[in-house]
Amino acid sequence: MGDISLPAPLPPPTWPNRFQHVDTLLDHPGPSTDPDFVGGEAVKRFLREDSKVLVIGAGGLGCEILTNLALMGFADIHVIDMDTIDISNLNRQFLFRPKDVGKPKAIIAAEFVMSRVPGTKVTPYFGKIQDKPESYYMQFNLVICGLDSVEARRWMNATLVAMVDPDVPESLKPMIDGGTEGFKGQARVILPSITSCYECSLDMLNKQTVFPICTIANTPRLPEHCIEWASVLEWPKVFPDKKLDTDDPEHIQWLFTHASTRAREFKIEGVTWSLTQGVVKNIIPAIASTNAVIAASCCTEAFKLMTNCAPRLDNYFMLIGTEGVYSYTFQHERRPECPVCGGETIDMPVKKEWTLERLIEALEERQDIQAKKPSLSVNGRSLYLQAPPQLERATRPNLEKKLVDLVNDGDELTVTAGSLPFNLTLRVLLKD
Amino acid sequence: MLKIWSMKKNEETAAKKKPKVSAAQIRLQKDLTELEEFKTMTTEFPDPADLLHFNLIITPDEGFYKGGKFLFSFVITSNYPHEPPKVKCTQKIYHPNVDTEGNVCLNILREDWKPVLNLNAVLVGLQFLFLEPNAEDPLNKEAAEELRRDRDVFAKNAALSMRGGTIRGQTYERVLPS
Ligand SMILES: [Zn+2]
Repeated sequence: MGDISLPAPLPPPTWPNRFQHVDTLLDHPGPSTDPDFVGGEAVKRFLREDSKVLVIGAGGLGCEILTNLALMGFADIHVIDMDTIDISNLNRQFLFRPKDVGKPKAIIAAEFVMSRVPGTKVTPYFGKIQDKPESYYMQFNLVICGLDSVEARRWMNATLVAMVDPDVPESLKPMIDGGTEGFKGQARVILPSITSCYECSLDMLNKQTVFPICTIANTPRLPEHCIEWASVLEWPKVFPDKKLDTDDPEHIQWLFTHASTRAREFKIEGVTWSLTQGVVKNIIPAIASTNAVIAASCCTEAFKLMTNCAPRLDNYFMLIGTEGVYSYTFQHERRPECPVCGGETIDMPVKKEWTLERLIEALEERQDIQAKKPSLSVNGRSLYLQAPPQLERATRPNLEKKLVDLVNDGDELTVTAGSLPFNLTLRVLLKD
Repeated sequence: MLKIWSMKKNEETAAKKKPKVSAAQIRLQKDLTELEEFKTMTTEFPDPADLLHFNLIITPDEGFYKGGKFLFSFVITSNYPHEPPKVKCTQKIYHPNVDTEGNVCLNILREDWKPVLNLNAVLVGLQFLFLEPNAEDPLNKEAAEELRRDRDVFAKNAALSMRGGTIRGQTYERVLPS
């Protein structure tokens, strides 16, 4: 894994009038264009020479996103993906060929787009988004996510929200998030710290199908019940010390064999190797055409944000193609209690000699905060927790310690309290 | 370009190092410090610096399981509260909704989990299982059967199991304080 250097991009455009259509949008303002939009060479140069976008995921959505971006004239594209190409990807991830099976998606996708679209530079990173520091993300103008993992999106969202520095406008990186499930999909524009964030809408997510454990154990009716029986109940029983690795074909084979036996016992049909893999990896059915619609929506928004040539999506677009076709665009609202973008950050000047207890008193006295019995931590380390009793006892000795011995100047403390519906971030400024 | 950006790119934009606390950690701090005080339940952290792993001790003061001391392990993943806490009973107990491997059949731990629920809800749910074991969602089929058929026999079996007795060939763990 790591950064890979690819051959230099093909020489600049040899396609005459290549951007003729796109240019009509960039040369002159349209009826709804922002009054600040200035058409002409500067905006084109920005898009085609200076801008830098990051695409996360080079799978079903990612292949479409990369293609669209390249064809619309984005010149400097980076892509991150931690997966390698599986033969089952070839039905919709059209940047990959049978000869690419086993190779990293990010690298093959980058090579393909660069060889096909002159002047486009695509820089791949074969690895995890979590490998990269904030300084890496700081170089991009915006980030487009084409992911199938809630966890990765939460991480990216939290990272981009945390990066916003009110004094540095460029630190605000729009995140465009696309997702599909069968004929359903959504595209949204997240302006960290301005619009609602991914975490704000966490409870809106479609729940993955989970079956009651007693059904799995006693009254299986579906092939999925048998597969979950094998993975949730049998595996830990047979291999108490071995963690199930859903990427290991041998593990999948074991589950498939046992699920099949159980299915025969209960006269249930339909347990297959691919269903087994689908259930345990929670693979969401992906339809090429839905991916195309959602990826296109994401790229249109990227183009509009980057050039300001038309108003952006504000902020959530939903596509439901399961019965006829229905789409709905609405403004998802920020949740004041969102642990990522909600709450408040306040500066609190304190004396170095103060004890933690003194800080807590000062916090409780502040009328603008109304924190009763606050619990405090710093960077995931507990400073003082009001409950449960064991943790209260374990952290109580800190109450008498001096702040200078517990935190650094400028540290941000996480404050929670029953009286606060949200969390509070307290930036401590140590004074003599 | 987006209005909030200036036209010229500022290469010098320094990455101001901010500590990043995950949403899961913040939520867990909130959940734990706002747990109600239950007289029949205690949490126990093997490592008080690690909030992601802890045990729950339930000591029912009424019902079939009065006098017993039941242990559960909790693991909170980095995807909390999108994912529910992973809860297992660490003893082999005779209970219709707990199998001999420690799996627990409680709807809010699986199919009915929602991010708006919290640890308090899970604790209340677990406590309820000991007050009102549910014969309809069996994980230990024999125990469920017995409960449905004859509550007195079930009560005797539960008492026997708590002393470390054997029921239908299964020997259960002694859960009475010595
Ligand atoms: Zn939010």
